[in-house]
Amino acid sequence: MLTLTCPCCGVTAEETELTYGHEAHLKRFGPGSTDAEFEDYLFNRKNPKGVHFERWRHSYGCGKWFLAARSTVTLEVYGTYSAQTTEPPAELIAKIKEKCPGWEGWQ
Amino acid sequence: MSTRLSKGGRLIDRSKPLSFRFNGAPMRGFAGDSLAAALLANGQVLLGRSFKYHRPRGLIASGAEEPNALVNLGRNARVEPDQRVTTTELFDGLEAASQNHWPSLDFDIGAINNTFGKLFPAGFYYKTFMFPQIAWKYLFEPVIRRAAGLGTAAKEADPDRYEQAYAYCDVLVAGGGVAGLAAALAEAKAGKRVIVMEQTPFWGGRAPVDGGTIEGLAPAEWIDRTLDLLATYPNVQLMTRTMVAGLHNHGYAICYERVADHTPGDGRPRHRLWRVRAGVTVAATGAIERPLAFAGNDVPGVMLASAVRDYIVNWAVSPGDRVVIVTNNDDAYRTALAVLDAGLTVEAVVDARERAGGDLPQLVRARGVRVMEGRGIAGVMGHKAVTHVQVCSQAGEGGVTETLECDCVAMSGGWSPVVHIFSHVGGKLLWDEAGAMFRPDATRAPTGPDGSVLARAVGAANGHLTLDAIAAEAGLSAEVEPEAPLAPVWVMPAGAGQALRFKAFLDYQNDVKVSDVELAAREGYTSVEHTKRYTTLGMASDQGKLSNINGLAILSDSLGQPIPTTGTTTFRPPYTPISFGAMAGEARGDLFQPMRRTAMQDWHEAKGYHWEPVGFWRRPYCYPRGAESHRDAVNREITNARTNVGLLDASTLGKILVKGPDAGKFLDMMYTNMMSTLPVGKCRYGLMCNENGFLSDDGVVVRLSDDSWLCHTTSGGADRIHAHMEDWLQCEWWDWKVYTANLTEQYAQIAVVGPKARKLLEKLGGMDVSKEALPFMTWAEGTLAGFPVRVYRISFSGELSYEIAVPANMGAALWEALNTAGEEFGAMPYGTEALHVMRAEKGFIMIGDETDGTVIPQDLGLNWAISKKKADYLGKRAQERSFMVSPDRWRLVGLETLDGSVLPDGVYAVAEGNNANGQRNTQGRVTSSYYSPTLKKGIAMGLVLHGPERMGEILDFPADKGAVIKARIVDPCFYDKEGEKADA
Repeated sequence: MLTLTCPCCGVTAEETELTYGHEAHLKRFGPGSTDAEFEDYLFNRKNPKGVHFERWRHSYGCGKWFLAARSTVTLEVYGTYSAQTTEPPAELIAKIKEKCPGWEGWQ
Repeated sequence: MSTRLSKGGRLIDRSKPLSFRFNGAPMRGFAGDSLAAALLANGQVLLGRSFKYHRPRGLIASGAEEPNALVNLGRNARVEPDQRVTTTELFDGLEAASQNHWPSLDFDIGAINNTFGKLFPAGFYYKTFMFPQIAWKYLFEPVIRRAAGLGTAAKEADPDRYEQAYAYCDVLVAGGGVAGLAAALAEAKAGKRVIVMEQTPFWGGRAPVDGGTIEGLAPAEWIDRTLDLLATYPNVQLMTRTMVAGLHNHGYAICYERVADHTPGDGRPRHRLWRVRAGVTVAATGAIERPLAFAGNDVPGVMLASAVRDYIVNWAVSPGDRVVIVTNNDDAYRTALAVLDAGLTVEAVVDARERAGGDLPQLVRARGVRVMEGRGIAGVMGHKAVTHVQVCSQAGEGGVTETLECDCVAMSGGWSPVVHIFSHVGGKLLWDEAGAMFRPDATRAPTGPDGSVLARAVGAANGHLTLDAIAAEAGLSAEVEPEAPLAPVWVMPAGAGQALRFKAFLDYQNDVKVSDVELAAREGYTSVEHTKRYTTLGMASDQGKLSNINGLAILSDSLGQPIPTTGTTTFRPPYTPISFGAMAGEARGDLFQPMRRTAMQDWHEAKGYHWEPVGFWRRPYCYPRGAESHRDAVNREITNARTNVGLLDASTLGKILVKGPDAGKFLDMMYTNMMSTLPVGKCRYGLMCNENGFLSDDGVVVRLSDDSWLCHTTSGGADRIHAHMEDWLQCEWWDWKVYTANLTEQYAQIAVVGPKARKLLEKLGGMDVSKEALPFMTWAEGTLAGFPVRVYRISFSGELSYEIAVPANMGAALWEALNTAGEEFGAMPYGTEALHVMRAEKGFIMIGDETDGTVIPQDLGLNWAISKKKADYLGKRAQERSFMVSPDRWRLVGLETLDGSVLPDGVYAVAEGNNANGQRNTQGRVTSSYYSPTLKKGIAMGLVLHGPERMGEILDFPADKGAVIKARIVDPCFYDKEGEKADA
């Protein structure tokens, strides 16, 4: 069972207090988008072996969504950060690059 | 024959005799005995029958690894099957019974399987019970199910109490032997919060039995001194009878405390499940001795060498007078010494190694014991107890050189570190050639959330099998007899033929033999995980603690590859079985799950309501009167609401307040309809879809003020929809100025429904509820009978209807007032079933009936509730996909049976022909079906291919037993199509 620190309220919460929200940083495609764009947005996910960016909600705590960078292999959590952003913070990316030299980046 | 020795026994208190029963026979033991020790002390060598062949079996081990000696413990409601006697503490009045035999332990009919053993090789079930297919259901499965399983479960509810607790620490030490206590002390001195858990009632592990000195002290003295020292640290918690059952992600450990198994009925909870969050877990879990695979190694009286000396030293129990020791290592010679010290006889030490020249063998030789080098065991004679062993050359094929008379065989094939805790979360192992064992690889330890080491192993669990090595790792000094290297022995003798391999057991509990693993390898099973499942090696309740390493060594040999290439099977929690009671904890009966109560719940209960679960609510289904059936009650409630006035507790409806400058824009995205243009004072029915376009929830939206809307959701959907709104607000449109609040439980809500609803409210008085002042689909605030209310003119029944919201603390009083004032109008409460039938009579959809996550609003004829003007809403793009706009989607219609009967819910309408699987093609299905007391016939709704274009057509619905029900496609609205009543 994972523990994640909610960047909004600062609580280090057990997984049972959290709700998983799948991949982070998806760009929404609405009316006017092509079938391919919409399919990508709705269905195609990275599912990486290694560094993964994902959404979590502190459901049984402050109720806020936040984002987390985590290794799907070792379950190491590189950091959690605000959901009100379109890309991971630069410091976090730098930290992950340092820890995982072969990492191809979040996009 | 086993017996109690007159002297010794470091764990027993001879001044406290205890009495117990085994298979009804009275027996005696002492405080401190395990049930295993007490049974042996009473001469009970035969303890059970094996699972497959019903072979007589006795004790092999003295601890948690015991595979054979499982009993039914207790009786009646407290009976518990498959309890290991080695880990059961004796108490006065204990009752145990042996398992898996009929009619008795001594004479078991099932043992016939043993005679035909050659007919039950690995994969027997897979190979035999193939054809005909029909026989599975009627012949094979019933027979196999009857034969399967060992013990018998209690049929009554468990009368004992269980609880769960949380704990947090920097260091969790699993195991209270020398290595564990030394590690705990070091961590305690460093100021860490430490919890030490020992699964047995006693501290110290094997050291007090195996001897040597630590820091100049005898092991028992060192242990006492260290415990005293640890007790002075406030940051240390010491727990016995508590097993670290499993280590999970991020240092989450599940631990199992057997609080009162040994003191039944003393009022304490029987078991306690600990959820411990530990920074680092130290696996000080010791090692388990391996059996040797020789023919007849399962005859009662053949035991692990370590177990033999445990029984002698710990409990003063002699497993036999005349002991033959068979070994491939020096450690087993300690058993010879223990046997000799107890005044018993060692007939010989049979050592598989060419040479046994170490200090320990010399000590044993010096006491006049014959050591037979380069020898093995060709066979064990005796059925329910050992009588002789046949000695042979280890290098040969099993030609008997000598027969030794004995009543106990102590075997040792070396030791396997208990790596479970280290491995549970992904710690990797390495193969230690010298020790012929897998041990933890510290360079590939499991890691935690910050990437640091989550678990490490110490002591024997880390491959340090001797006291001096264990002490050295902990920075202590120790002295103990040095040990010469072992020689790996996986089959005895090395050239054993099929006949011997067929009697050499690997997994005692599941009756898997050397020959079975070899057969699996010949049949192409090269993966250890597949071989495990095919042969069932290691799949019994002992999870292969004794058998796994031997089994994979034999598999490796058969495949001609080194052992590390074969690898181990996955170590999974729990380490030993834990009770369902502990897992359930207090979550039973009323505490099984939380219950949500509306303000009127007490009233419903007092009226003897019949309820149904809706989320965590218990909503009234109906209110039966006297001996009235539920169905009659529902019909009465409907008819009354349609002719007089009905009252519904609608408090469970979700009520989410959406407020802010951008609230209208936000709701336009949430709902398919336009909500931003809804005038203040009005209500509008709205649909919510997910991004996939599928209908997810519906409800009436109310414009409270310029910047505030109140969104009603379905009863089960409030939390989900609130979370859905927050998701989009926080993660997509975080710059929009909108707040949401889930007010569901802040208000009690009552639907007053029926032609006399207005009269009833007028009688309560306080506000104008006339058609002119409060038309359909509007709302107003005011007072009714003095209560501050908000009244919505909305209708889910098709009748004149008011939904009245009051602050929750006034809900019960208003409900009471409405019931009392309503008497003269014939007011009656009605339940959810009446609600469902009335909405179906009106052709209103219900989320979860008409929708199932694959239905879009357009399927349900709800295009009128989808805005054409809006550029975007959640689901709009998805609804433009080709298969969403296909004219071939099944669409909502009403269904009317030709004979007036009620269609079974969920039945399909068949079409011509069959599909690729030979199943009948379908063209629709029933989504809601009820008896309508208003129309006095069955009514239904369904989704039908081209449905709305096929009005009047008749469909065939096959039902049970070949019957076909014919139903006509009709308009889904069966009642008051013009809507005049609701608008009255």
